[in-house]
Amino acid sequence: MVLDPGGGERAAQRPAGEPVLEVDQLDIVYETDGGPLAAVRNATLTIRRNESLGLVGESGSGKSTLAMGVIRYLADNGRVDAGSVRLLGRDLTGLKPSELRRLWGAQIGVVYQSPLTALTPTIKVGKQLAEIATLHLGMDKQHARERTLEMLSKVAMPDPENILERYPHQISGGMLQRCVIAMALMANPALLIMDEPTTALDVTTQAVVLDLVQDLKDEFDSAILYITHDLGVIAKMCDRVAVMYAGEIVEKATIRQIFKEPQHPYTRSLLECIPRFDPSCAKKPLLTIPGVIARVDELPDGCIFGPRCDYVEEQCTTSRPGLREVAPGQFTSCTRCDDNLFAACRADADSDAAPRERVSLSDADRLLDVLDVTKHFPAVQGGLRFGRRDRRLVHALDATSLWVGHGRTLGIVGESGSGKTTLARTIIGLEPATSGTVSLNGGVLAPAVDKRPRSILKEIQMVFQNPDSSLNNHRTVGEAVARPLRLLGGVRGQELRRRTIAAMEAVQLPARYYDRRPNELSQGERQRVAIARAFAADPQLVICDEPISSLDVSVQGALMNLLLTLQTERDTSYLFISHDLAAVQHLSDLIAVVYLGHVMEWGDAARVLTPPYHPYTEALLSAVPVADPDSRQPRIRLSGSVPTPIDLPSGCRFHPRCPRCLGDICSQKEPPWQDVGDDHRIYCHIPVEDLRNLEAGSIELVPSRGGRS
Amino acid sequence: MSQFIVRRLGFVLLSMLMASIIIFAATQVIPGDIASVILGQFATPEAKANLRAELGLNRPLVVQYLDWLWSFIQGDWGQSTSMHVPVREIVMSRLYNTLILAAVGFMMFVPLGILLGLISAIRRNSWVDHSISISSLVFVGLPEFVTGIILIYIFALQLGWLPAQSSVDYSGGILPMVPMLVLPGITVSLVSLAYIARMTRSSTVEVLQADYVRTAYLKGLSPSRVIRVHVLRNSLQPTVAAIALCIGWLVSGLIVTESVFGYPGLGRLLLFGASHRDIPLLQAVSMIVVVVVGVVNLLADVIYAWLNPRITYK
Repeated sequence: MVLDPGGGERAAQRPAGEPVLEVDQLDIVYETDGGPLAAVRNATLTIRRNESLGLVGESGSGKSTLAMGVIRYLADNGRVDAGSVRLLGRDLTGLKPSELRRLWGAQIGVVYQSPLTALTPTIKVGKQLAEIATLHLGMDKQHARERTLEMLSKVAMPDPENILERYPHQISGGMLQRCVIAMALMANPALLIMDEPTTALDVTTQAVVLDLVQDLKDEFDSAILYITHDLGVIAKMCDRVAVMYAGEIVEKATIRQIFKEPQHPYTRSLLECIPRFDPSCAKKPLLTIPGVIARVDELPDGCIFGPRCDYVEEQCTTSRPGLREVAPGQFTSCTRCDDNLFAACRADADSDAAPRERVSLSDADRLLDVLDVTKHFPAVQGGLRFGRRDRRLVHALDATSLWVGHGRTLGIVGESGSGKTTLARTIIGLEPATSGTVSLNGGVLAPAVDKRPRSILKEIQMVFQNPDSSLNNHRTVGEAVARPLRLLGGVRGQELRRRTIAAMEAVQLPARYYDRRPNELSQGERQRVAIARAFAADPQLVICDEPISSLDVSVQGALMNLLLTLQTERDTSYLFISHDLAAVQHLSDLIAVVYLGHVMEWGDAARVLTPPYHPYTEALLSAVPVADPDSRQPRIRLSGSVPTPIDLPSGCRFHPRCPRCLGDICSQKEPPWQDVGDDHRIYCHIPVEDLRNLEAGSIELVPSRGGRS
Repeated sequence: MSQFIVRRLGFVLLSMLMASIIIFAATQVIPGDIASVILGQFATPEAKANLRAELGLNRPLVVQYLDWLWSFIQGDWGQSTSMHVPVREIVMSRLYNTLILAAVGFMMFVPLGILLGLISAIRRNSWVDHSISISSLVFVGLPEFVTGIILIYIFALQLGWLPAQSSVDYSGGILPMVPMLVLPGITVSLVSLAYIARMTRSSTVEVLQADYVRTAYLKGLSPSRVIRVHVLRNSLQPTVAAIALCIGWLVSGLIVTESVFGYPGLGRLLLFGASHRDIPLLQAVSMIVVVVVGVVNLLADVIYAWLNPRITYK
């Protein structure tokens, strides 16, 4: 029995390539009021030691249920109905709870999506980590503490002694996720389950955490089950992939096979709906998957993907296909994959749609003009208090200037805390600017929204990130969409209903949704309601603040297509805020890269995302996981996260984190705006020529003092 | 932390000060005149006027208030107009009795309420949970004079296990009086018990669904350790706030309960003072209640802050 929880030596004893996890024809069932629900059906997979298997699929595909069912952690109404799960040869399906508890934490480690909610808020981090050492490794308090410190240094935690004594809320997200990883690896588990471990993190932090997991993978030699919806992360992290759809594995293959020769139309569609970093594809419609994922209680006859499949045939609707091997190591459930389906259809995607037009920075056609806008907040929000007041200011926006032309899209990118959302709220007037002006069509707007006339309010509308919280569940869809028409457009009676339905149909929401409430809709449909509401009064500018970030990739693609269509039809301008660089480059004409409330680089979308880059843009781009296992990105990593802008760094505000900092000049002198040409400007001390050559790899910048490279 | 306590103390003192103004103002508008109360109905107008001047009742209200407050702080609570003894003596002996009854009630509803709430939450949707939920719903709605009378009927009149009257005398120690404390103790605590149980249940149910509880289970910790270490401290935070609120109810419940059981405590003294228009007595009892509730709330704030490291001590 390999149950003794040893240290690193046990790892060395395992034979190479030994299967760690063997799942065989697993069925997971939930008992519900409407009868049993087969949430996962006939799942078979194997993960070997030092191998990582990615599990992908839209939400509702059963990825997490499968992972939690494998380790026998299911809700009270869930059970393993058939099949077997073997961990190091031992069947887990028949184990008693007390036997499972000896495996959890010892042989099975789990890393969760949100580190802040995964740790108990009232217990110091050190104690939470040490619990595993005392429980499974039989250590006393002192040894457990030493083991915890050792693990924290393995996950490259700066100042681990200090971290032990902190509560979770006192640690930033990326650092906290390292603690959770350290905790999961504490007893050197045979199986490590990572459930969307970086989804809640910033792209730059994600890159650092992913690097760390890569480095630890060899040292700890665990088998990794990696759950994510992000194909870019899969391409970077995994050896093999299992694609799940509505509770079944529909394709299973090596990473190269999945990305280069997918055999199931669902895999194919998932890959196609991600926007590519290719300026020639920008603003062209993405291929999307029609319809929504099948519910496990209403599965279609025949192939479960049939109703959404472009290649469906008579034979697909009669019997449900199982997995079969179509190439060495590649299994698919599609019966038509031999027919060379995809070759023919590929041509359609590259058709029509004119390439994106260039936008000149000297263009006089400006719809929205943001000039030197600054926004300060008091560091501590006031209130009745006995004691001194903190009079410091948070510089959320600092002399930001931008503009958007008619019918154009300005994309705004930057990490969280860089001031993107404050900028949006300042433009719309929810946060009146401290100084500077916002103009629309040349007329300066009142800073506060309640001072602006209705005719102006009608022209600027907003779509928020989370439709769950931006739509009121007590109002029907019709009422929500009608509101701006009634309040800002003064439309009444039959005319109101007619125009509301027209607005809904413009976003492909059927008129029968008029009387439904947002909570009866899917996530994607809810965001369509939010978009319909924003467009109802026919605004000239729509500010989209991370409108697609919380949605599935297939829904993201459909919504991006919708935004593009609406823009073409109505000549609406967008301010598109996102941390997703691929989405921003796909939709935008102009891109502004923002850091600590200031624009660092801006210009024509294609120019900003090709060299020469501002060092910050370069680091952001390098952090984006690309959905291609062959992509070789430079590994440029930013340390830490965006600091709180209370005391802005002197000189260039980016210099403390800049991988290319030149030294004194950067920390003392504010950088100049350099004109790169071709409508592209960079706010940096490094001469444009050098930035250009950096990317070509021909020169190495030598910091004069104190810089890092 | 100490700075936090000082700030909370500031709030408590401020609210006590405001309560004292309200109490003083309220006793001014009560119909009746102290001089007539003291001297009787048939006193001559001259005698009343002399007494008023002697008592300082001709001075402006603000001066009277400040004078009263200052004497109260110094411990001079005046002379009872109905019993003709210093107010402080009666109030202090009755305060002692009431604190004992309150403590008995507190010890009954806090641990038991938390325990019942926890059991309900852990055995969610079982018959245990349903019976606890239903009975607590019943008791939250029943006022003390109803539960008190039902208890007396069952345990004193029918079964004869416990005395129906609780005219305690603690000069011989508390222990011999315990049988007299049981029924009033249960009566004052039932409403709060039910409330605390419901509160603990709902916050524990919420915490049990938190991600960090899953993390704790998947570390391989035993269910009892998960509850003790990872759940309790989080799920008790709303309960502590609820307990502080219950102390207020306890005080009002005591007035009724003491009357039902004939228990010689502050509550009955307050009723007596009101019916005899004994203004110094009323003022003193009300102020004592305010001080006790204020101190208890301060204590609850401190415990809450200790349970929740996320609270900012700024």
